[in-house]
Amino acid sequence: MTDTGIGAALRRKEDARFVTGRGRYTDDIDRPGQVWAHIVRSPEAHAEIAGVDTASAAAAPGVVAIFTGDDVAADEIGGLPCGWQIHSKDGSPMVEPPHPVLAQGRVRHVGDPVAVVVAESREEAKAAAALVEVDYRPLPAVASLAQARADQAPLVWEDAPANLCFDWEIGDQAATDAAFESADHVVSLQVVNNRLVANAIEPRAAIGEYDANADAYTLYTTSQNPHVIRLLMGAFVMGIPEHKLRVVSPDVGGGFGSKIFHYAEEVITTWASRKVGRPVKWTAERSESFMSDAQGRDHVTKGELALSADGTFLGLRVHTDANLGAYLSTFGPSVPTYLYATLFAGCYTTPAIYANVKGVFTNTVPVDAYRGAGRPEAAFLLERLVDKAARTLGMDRVEIRRKNFIQPDQFPYQTPVALEYDIGDYDGTLDEVLRISDWEGFEDRREEAASRGKLRGIGLSTFIEACGIAPSAVAGALGARAGLFEVGQVRVHPTGSVTVFTGAHSHGQGHETAFAQIVSERLGVPADQVEVVHGDTEKVPFGMGTYGSRSLAVGGSAIYNAIDKIIDKASKIAAHLMEASDEDVTFEDGTFTVAGTDKSVTLGDVALTAYVPHNYPEGLEPGLEETAFYDPKNFAFPAGAHVVEVEVDPETGVVELVNVSCADDVGTIVNPMIVEGQMHGGLAQGIGQALLEHCVYDDDGQLVTGSYMNYTMPRAADLPFFKTGHHITACTHNPLGAKGVGEVGSIGVPPAVINAVVDALSDYGVEHMDMPATPERVWRAMNGGQGGR
Amino acid sequence: MENFEFQRATTLDEARSAIGSADAGKFLAGGQSLIPLLKLGMASPDRLVCVKALAELRGLERDGDDVVVGAAMTHAAVAESDVVRQAIPGLADLASRIGDPQVRNRGTLGGAIAHADPAADYPAALVALGATVRTDRREIAAEDFFQGMFQTPLEGDELIQTVRFPVPERAAYAKFPNPASRYAIVGVMVSQSDGAVRVAVTGAGPGVFRVPQMEDALSSDFHAGALDGVDVDPGALTSDLDASAEYRAHLVKVMAKRAVEACA
Repeated sequence: MTDTGIGAALRRKEDARFVTGRGRYTDDIDRPGQVWAHIVRSPEAHAEIAGVDTASAAAAPGVVAIFTGDDVAADEIGGLPCGWQIHSKDGSPMVEPPHPVLAQGRVRHVGDPVAVVVAESREEAKAAAALVEVDYRPLPAVASLAQARADQAPLVWEDAPANLCFDWEIGDQAATDAAFESADHVVSLQVVNNRLVANAIEPRAAIGEYDANADAYTLYTTSQNPHVIRLLMGAFVMGIPEHKLRVVSPDVGGGFGSKIFHYAEEVITTWASRKVGRPVKWTAERSESFMSDAQGRDHVTKGELALSADGTFLGLRVHTDANLGAYLSTFGPSVPTYLYATLFAGCYTTPAIYANVKGVFTNTVPVDAYRGAGRPEAAFLLERLVDKAARTLGMDRVEIRRKNFIQPDQFPYQTPVALEYDIGDYDGTLDEVLRISDWEGFEDRREEAASRGKLRGIGLSTFIEACGIAPSAVAGALGARAGLFEVGQVRVHPTGSVTVFTGAHSHGQGHETAFAQIVSERLGVPADQVEVVHGDTEKVPFGMGTYGSRSLAVGGSAIYNAIDKIIDKASKIAAHLMEASDEDVTFEDGTFTVAGTDKSVTLGDVALTAYVPHNYPEGLEPGLEETAFYDPKNFAFPAGAHVVEVEVDPETGVVELVNVSCADDVGTIVNPMIVEGQMHGGLAQGIGQALLEHCVYDDDGQLVTGSYMNYTMPRAADLPFFKTGHHITACTHNPLGAKGVGEVGSIGVPPAVINAVVDALSDYGVEHMDMPATPERVWRAMNGGQGGR
Repeated sequence: MENFEFQRATTLDEARSAIGSADAGKFLAGGQSLIPLLKLGMASPDRLVCVKALAELRGLERDGDDVVVGAAMTHAAVAESDVVRQAIPGLADLASRIGDPQVRNRGTLGGAIAHADPAADYPAALVALGATVRTDRREIAAEDFFQGMFQTPLEGDELIQTVRFPVPERAAYAKFPNPASRYAIVGVMVSQSDGAVRVAVTGAGPGVFRVPQMEDALSSDFHAGALDGVDVDPGALTSDLDASAEYRAHLVKVMAKRAVEACA
């Protein structure tokens, strides 16, 4: 029995190098003969490019080459592809405009790449880039959904009338309308889901390197999914076959979704490396991250909930305008559709649901998946509506939820919006969070706060999410242009240590530890005898990477299945060594035994035999190495209940978080410490959305919050100590029983925060508060006003 | 960032001649404002002259009825100084709430006031306490020193040496920080000396300013409640991404009352 298996709170193996500054990130890599790229970006939100004059820049010190959109076109470099196709409700495909890596005659958002300067040093490239003269002829721009949807709005794309990319629907409209006709109560809300910037601590970076001898390319990049980048860039953009393109994604300092996508700079550095015959490196400055990393959220939604007199949910009707930005990012169209509206059943038995989502182009940075990706937007609307319904009907907020929960005996549960939940126990997580938050004791705390002049409020959310998009065939039917399996390869070395190759990618999640624990549990090998390799297409078989909290449920399951194959083969070898029949051999804690005898051999004995097959089963291949590709049967459905308590300063509107409690059902927990860390990170980002973060463009499309001077990231001092708990039901359809934990915080906590703020302000007649609930917004709401900074 | 020469001055004369012989030289102390400007390309001096080590710019002492702080003293040094904490605890408190620990360990009093950021904390202290800025060539009263957004009467080669703060009977600072930058959205310093009250506001307008109505009200009755009837006109206040003028006007009153309460 090892003590490093599933359930052990092992310290993360990778942290020694991270916390001592010895991680190896893309920017830490320098290639022989390397030159630097600096991207010339548009300062205009929308403009014609009348000309680009590179003459004085080309004469600047150290400049090696300058390329513009004309060079891209001349070399027939393709545009960045979109990986998900949505069809409108009339059956027509979404408008899918080109996404050139360097602008072709027109720029469409501030930060749009226009030209690239390649020079001997980073400083020389930047200095020369300032000398590139671009003749912009500004055009009217639309930055907000309201601007883009207004009559006679300027068009981002000529072939997208009314700036619509798609007009999509899901659910049974007639049945939903009928439910509203017969309802005793209808509550409605207009909610804005604020735009966010992901802000990974490591900015994006890329190094392209062309090897003329082999006629092959290597791209080092800050990606969550190097194989996906290889496929997209190789097959769709540059026409490089897979065997001539290696993509390496080394240590990556946070992604949160923003590093899933295929970006122009990956193409630019790779292409430029062939043009100049030297490796070309680019690292984003923070201000570039703000204007070139895909951003998150940005919805305006009207939601309505129909109820019977006793509080039973009868129907839900949703109309959402979703800002997609100026171009379609890799998975942009999937986020406000299949990752959003399919979640509208939540934890509830609402029988009729209809959602209509309009995808809208604007002159802003493209919008795509950001921690939660569609599910936070769904949970926020639903949990705000449920809270408002409770107030409207005079019902207890806990009881209205319990009354409508899907019950444990109803699983598998088919929702009206496509998903089939396999398992859950929503009363269980709710009970747990009510306990750890001392929900019952709130009234005393409210009174005590009132004696100090503070308005104390408490808020609840009960929510579900969907992780590990699957299976591939279903995702494909919904518009995914990719498979959604994962690969795991397990290599048992001759002396019994193990190397695991995974298609999942760790950019902070701790895979090197958690995946080693799976091996340790199943093969009886200590976790420190297990090396986990990821992030290099030359080492790892084709895998899909990490996003949507899929790594353990999908990637871990692939490893689990590969281990099954290892045990199966090793058992045959062990049986041969022990002169027993295969079926009499059992394997436990790293040792094979024969039932009813004292014969045993260890995994190490078997591994050595597999590679030194002198005394070996006839017909069996030598070696002990197996690969499994795992395509899940279904999504996994983590769920949880979060409680937030706030104190509002009525003089200033400042919201202080005084209690954040959560109870989550994340499926099987492999490493409790990593799970705890993931929950903390998700909560911090969810609280950031609820109280602090807001990406703002002005009416001309200028990015106003382009730095940390005015884009507020949550800091340790902004957060209380979190109380976390669990109530686990194991996923029924993957071998680990894992669900996912990466996003539960960012999905569950924002509505709990706002429900708490609205509760605190209930004496002031406040019914809703948009995020972020800044002091000025709260102050204005208390004084009967709207808006605020 | 453009290339520049860097020179570490060891004497006042050396500093002056280094600046004098540069085309567009700048003094550098903690660099907490200047270095970001260089990185953003918003300033491109050909020479930086580091004055942090100059003896004339250092020191933190009680001098009769005043506290004299060297221009190169960091915010952290002021915040932690026993001299300041005993004589003007409100000033130490203000310094302890500038930026974050990294900023406070590098940033200096002289650098902060020379930069004259309209949302910086120190201007409120200098004006509320009636401080005097002493440079290498003259003395300037605080109210003459701050001339609006990033504006001071300093000449290009003029170097702040010390700031002399008269010790008040009582003084306190109340700050409503910008949640992102930790600058003041509104900061109010209130002081009382010989019955005279000063109320100085930073962050709310294009530069630090006094509020005479509040000073009058507090002069006759130094209690927070005395400000109940005094409203601040939002007309001249800043309205930007961080806060509207109306909200700032409201916060000036709330922070002023809190500062008065903290004086008790």
